[in-house]
Amino acid sequence: MPAAIRDVMPAFELFQPTSVADTLGLLERHGADAWVMAGGMDTFDWLKDRIRKPRVVVDLSGVSELRGIKDANGGIEIGAMTTLTEVANHALVKERYGLLAQAAGLVASPQIRNQGTMGGNVAQDARCWYYRAGWPCYRAGGNICYADTPTSVNREHAIFDADRCVAVNPSDTAPALIALDAQMVIKRGGEDLVVPAQEFFVGPGVDITRLTMLQPGDLLTAVRIPGTWASKQFYFEKVRDRQVWDFALVNVASAINASGNTISDVRMVVNGVAARPYRLEAVESFLKGKARNAQTADEAGEIAVQGASPLRHNAYKVPLVKALVKRAIRGADEWTS
Amino acid sequence: MDFVTWATSPWGESILVRISWDLFWAALVGGVLFLLAHGSYMLFSPHHKREAGEVDRMEAARPGLPANIERHSFVARMFHWVMAFSMLALVFTAFLPVVGIKFAWVYWHWMAGILLTGSIIFHIIHATFFMDFWSIWVGPKDIPEAKAEMMREFGIDAPGPKPGKYPLGNRLYHLAVLVAGLGAISTGILMMSRIRQPLLERNPYWMSDVAYGFTYVTHGLTGVGFVGLIIAHIYFALRPEKLWVTKAMIFGTISRRQYLEHHDPERWVSTKVSTK
Repeated sequence: MPAAIRDVMPAFELFQPTSVADTLGLLERHGADAWVMAGGMDTFDWLKDRIRKPRVVVDLSGVSELRGIKDANGGIEIGAMTTLTEVANHALVKERYGLLAQAAGLVASPQIRNQGTMGGNVAQDARCWYYRAGWPCYRAGGNICYADTPTSVNREHAIFDADRCVAVNPSDTAPALIALDAQMVIKRGGEDLVVPAQEFFVGPGVDITRLTMLQPGDLLTAVRIPGTWASKQFYFEKVRDRQVWDFALVNVASAINASGNTISDVRMVVNGVAARPYRLEAVESFLKGKARNAQTADEAGEIAVQGASPLRHNAYKVPLVKALVKRAIRGADEWTS
Repeated sequence: MDFVTWATSPWGESILVRISWDLFWAALVGGVLFLLAHGSYMLFSPHHKREAGEVDRMEAARPGLPANIERHSFVARMFHWVMAFSMLALVFTAFLPVVGIKFAWVYWHWMAGILLTGSIIFHIIHATFFMDFWSIWVGPKDIPEAKAEMMREFGIDAPGPKPGKYPLGNRLYHLAVLVAGLGAISTGILMMSRIRQPLLERNPYWMSDVAYGFTYVTHGLTGVGFVGLIIAHIYFALRPEKLWVTKAMIFGTISRRQYLEHHDPERWVSTKVSTK
């Protein structure tokens, strides 16, 4: 019978460690049998639907080391278990990284932001409803994409970089972190890996069963944002079907360093259009040295959608990306700092 | 160890997906074990080859033979190396991600598959109309040669036919590659209906899930088969006593003595003489 949400949780062995060391010990001991749970906002769907049936759940809510925001080498470090509400409201984040504060503040609903975490938001799984419903697609280890057929319901799916799977990354904070040149701190096998946010997310060509580079046993402990882009001109916009408690159809995050009206450097990322946040490097190259005006924005919009390959029901994302890129460039009044 | 991988539909039905990657590791380990076993055997075995004196007598009896004899034409060598390149590309793009080296492999895999398909179509035409088509095939007529070769491997100077142009091992290998290659190509073309590429219209429902499952499993089996076949091929190509064959696949010719030592001049009458 089709997957249906049930009211009770399935049986599993629950561990609630209180330190990173204990957590890593549990992850090492249980390997791929362990499911790491941050705020639970992604986890509970999987478990209650009985689509994922982990033997062990490691609940990180008691690991206080993973919480908090602190100043670090001219930038900030955000613990992976810091809630999205804390990120959105933190004075330092709002003052220096308004882009991230705005992105975090637009995630889902207040209740979800109170419970959902920074780490959980970037590490959440795809929302493709064929995949979430338990269809044995490529992403689930099968050999077919049910969302990329002549009869599929694929309005929310990818227009860029599809490689067999057409699911998209649903995170709002991910594009903001890439635009801010953030780094992800990961514990793996006793070592600390520090990975640029852009490389943290992977496309289906590289690993069709994951949206990030996290492997069983890995623990995302923190996100570091350098001072490089602090207090620059930011723009974040999220387009969704309803104005609360919804994933982005497309969102855009940009950080612009301008001298007067001339763009000297820029990072621009859109999400909801590919399996990983899609950095618009061609647009960034085009914009450097250009005047920030309507003509530049129009040309950048055209460049942004080059190579787009829409599915049957999501061609609307092409003009949407174009429009968001234009607004990110010319929307001076919309800057968040 | 699992042989195949199953998925489960939302209705609880099992769907055949592909081979288990355990089979890849089995092929890899099997290939290496064969290599070690054969290498050890060759170190200590009394395998017998034609005596130098006999080769001298054959050489004296054939004064018209040139110093170098063409074994592979330029076109045949080009085909071999293009096919080798495409097969290596196919195997590496298929299995490097399995061993943990992640990269966007699908594009390179089907491109290499197209190259292999094209080269094999060319080879079929070339071998049919421009080569001695039957010289590579194996049949009941080869049983006496197989017996004689087996005896020689055990150090017995057995009477019986020496190989024609291609030794029995070559012909058996060709047969194995033919079966695996045609299996991989035919299933690979069917699988292309499930990916985006410019050659065929994408239609993931062109066959039933069961038919696709068997297609993926067959493709996987031929793939792991190639892992073993390639290990064996590279091993034999690098063995000291076989280097003359490898050089012939590079330069095209063998020497007169190699021709007489390893082949039956009555079964392989070389009509092409190299001027090198």
